[in-house]
Amino acid sequence: MTTSLPPLPEPVRKDPQKKTPSALIPPSARSRLGMRLSAEAARGRFRLPHCNACNQPVWPPREACPACLSSLQWRDADATGTLIAETTLETSPELYFRERTPWRVGTVDLAGGVPVMAHLHAQCRIGDTVTLRLFLDKADRAVFMAFSDLDSPDLREDIQLRELTNDPRHRRVLITDARTPAGVALARAMTKAGAKRIFAGIGDAWKRDAAIEALEGMETVSTVPLDLTDTRSVEELCGEIGGKVDILVHNAEQVRPGGVMAGRGIADAKQLHEKLVFGFMRLAESFGPVMRSRGADGVNAATAWVNLLSVYAHANWPAYGQHSAAHAATLSLAQCLRGEMQGSGVRVMNAFAGPLEQDWHDQVLPPKVTADRLAREIVGALQGGQQDVYIGDVARDVAERFEDDAKLLEMELAGDGQ
Amino acid sequence: MSADNATDNATDNAKDHPDTVAILAGLAAGLSSAEIKIVDLTHRLDPDFPIIVLPPEFGQCAPFRMEEISRYDARGPAWHWHNISLGEHAGTHFDAPIHWISGRDLPNNTTDTLPVQKLVGQVCVIDCEAESDADDDYEMGVDKIAAFEAEHGEIPAQSWVLMRTGWSRRRGADYINLREDGAHSPGPDAAAVRFLVEQRDIIGFGTETVGTDTGQAVHSDPPYPAHYILHGAGRYGLQCLANLDQLPPTGAILVAAPLKIRQGTGSPLRVLALIP
Repeated sequence: MTTSLPPLPEPVRKDPQKKTPSALIPPSARSRLGMRLSAEAARGRFRLPHCNACNQPVWPPREACPACLSSLQWRDADATGTLIAETTLETSPELYFRERTPWRVGTVDLAGGVPVMAHLHAQCRIGDTVTLRLFLDKADRAVFMAFSDLDSPDLREDIQLRELTNDPRHRRVLITDARTPAGVALARAMTKAGAKRIFAGIGDAWKRDAAIEALEGMETVSTVPLDLTDTRSVEELCGEIGGKVDILVHNAEQVRPGGVMAGRGIADAKQLHEKLVFGFMRLAESFGPVMRSRGADGVNAATAWVNLLSVYAHANWPAYGQHSAAHAATLSLAQCLRGEMQGSGVRVMNAFAGPLEQDWHDQVLPPKVTADRLAREIVGALQGGQQDVYIGDVARDVAERFEDDAKLLEMELAGDGQ
Repeated sequence: MSADNATDNATDNAKDHPDTVAILAGLAAGLSSAEIKIVDLTHRLDPDFPIIVLPPEFGQCAPFRMEEISRYDARGPAWHWHNISLGEHAGTHFDAPIHWISGRDLPNNTTDTLPVQKLVGQVCVIDCEAESDADDDYEMGVDKIAAFEAEHGEIPAQSWVLMRTGWSRRRGADYINLREDGAHSPGPDAAAVRFLVEQRDIIGFGTETVGTDTGQAVHSDPPYPAHYILHGAGRYGLQCLANLDQLPPTGAILVAAPLKIRQGTGSPLRVLALIP
């Protein structure tokens, strides 16, 4: 029986006389092998190196199996273990942890007999059978966290878990291009996840539609003027609410079929790039520095920047070739932003989806991702602190093929594939 | 043409028409004394000024956008300037005959080739505010033109005719006035445009709304009659005009010169009126 936890307090308003704390990050030095664990954690996976001969997990990672010197392979690992030791840090030479003590850590004996240092969820006690999860910390480096009950209703009341994730609860969210189906679904899902306030960016407010009315009907939502194609509009909104955006969701859904030769021409492509690619840059120029400066702003900090991307950002799908190209450019910029956000504590998350259940994919066979599912999984990935999330069967399939052999995927897509 | 030739031509013209010298001198005096007033009929080029809404599968006109090149900073220490981008048909703008399929084969049908003599001319303003207030889909017919002429005299040949609706005072959603079946805004009917072109030989026709046609003109016969008839006859269009309520019904002079865009189908422009 797990103990219940008191609810996390809602962030209080900041004392304007106090200095905003500088962003601190936990120690980030890792070997390239160690970084591999971070790359797994970034995608929400629990993979460890395993010996190809004796099949045992190996931790910390090495070049060869310490028992039989056979080669190692990273694969899904059994995440169950026993908490055999725990301690509470009351002080630390690391500035990051000094600010956050007391902090519980412990040793978990993984089922294979491998001891692993882990952060401890508040409900863990010595002797508990625990489940390990990998998370990225504020330095985007993988750490283990142990849970005694992942289904506990109080799971998210743990301050150490909140530090490792980007839970929308109690947070303020800006959704761009919010009048799209994805935008409306995101507003609903964020509300359900406990977001305190949602700013729904609306371009061309002179065009009324059902989506605007749906957004206006939600108590947590404030519609705000925001046109991603207009620099001044982005700057003005940032001036108004830049300091209040804890989670920014860059949604610029504009799906159009067509490629390069048989496409809809430069004018159409330009509009897509203006919104998606340059829209991203406009947001990054205005909101980026403000969010970066607020990455460690006490309990009321900026925490995540989310991009809604097509999985064909990884490899061009010629049937929607222009669309793939714009998303590829945005993915590249998102990687750049991730670099620029390093050390700030603000996570840049990319949510990849295949074709969506919407009008401009009406000639594409299912499976297609509904707006509700897209929104639900994005919220789940924020709660899980992921860097990359692949939503729906098509996105996961394309991602697997991309990871397996990017060239082969390119050739398949250039044929008749999807 | 060299500068010398231009001077020679101007001198010849003055010799042939000595009265024009006095007319221009009078105009200059009227302008400098402000007895002749200039009214600006132009909306500000704003990023959020509505543009025509077409079904999304069609190509779309780009709205006005402005990006800073430098502002007395590292990108240019002593100067401030912008790059701007916009569609030919954004904001207060001019439609050249080539804009419509009916005018595509006419000579001098583009903004760079049209005769500049036509860009300054007398203007008649037909007040349809009451009718447009009462009915968003008001169509100005020949009867309305007849009533205007009964009061103010026949519309002279080679005039601009502007339809005053008060629409320029509308803002945001009310301007395009979109409903599920499309835009709703006033304009001329086909017979009225045909009458103005064939019976009155106008230079062009202008409106306060986003187009020279009504919002529902796709359902007219022919579709978009003002565009089809005006441009098919080599006449011009002006739309998104403002301040028409400051113009007299007759007697003003309109200045409407589009940018000299190579093969341009239209152009944003500053539209001015000289009023007595």
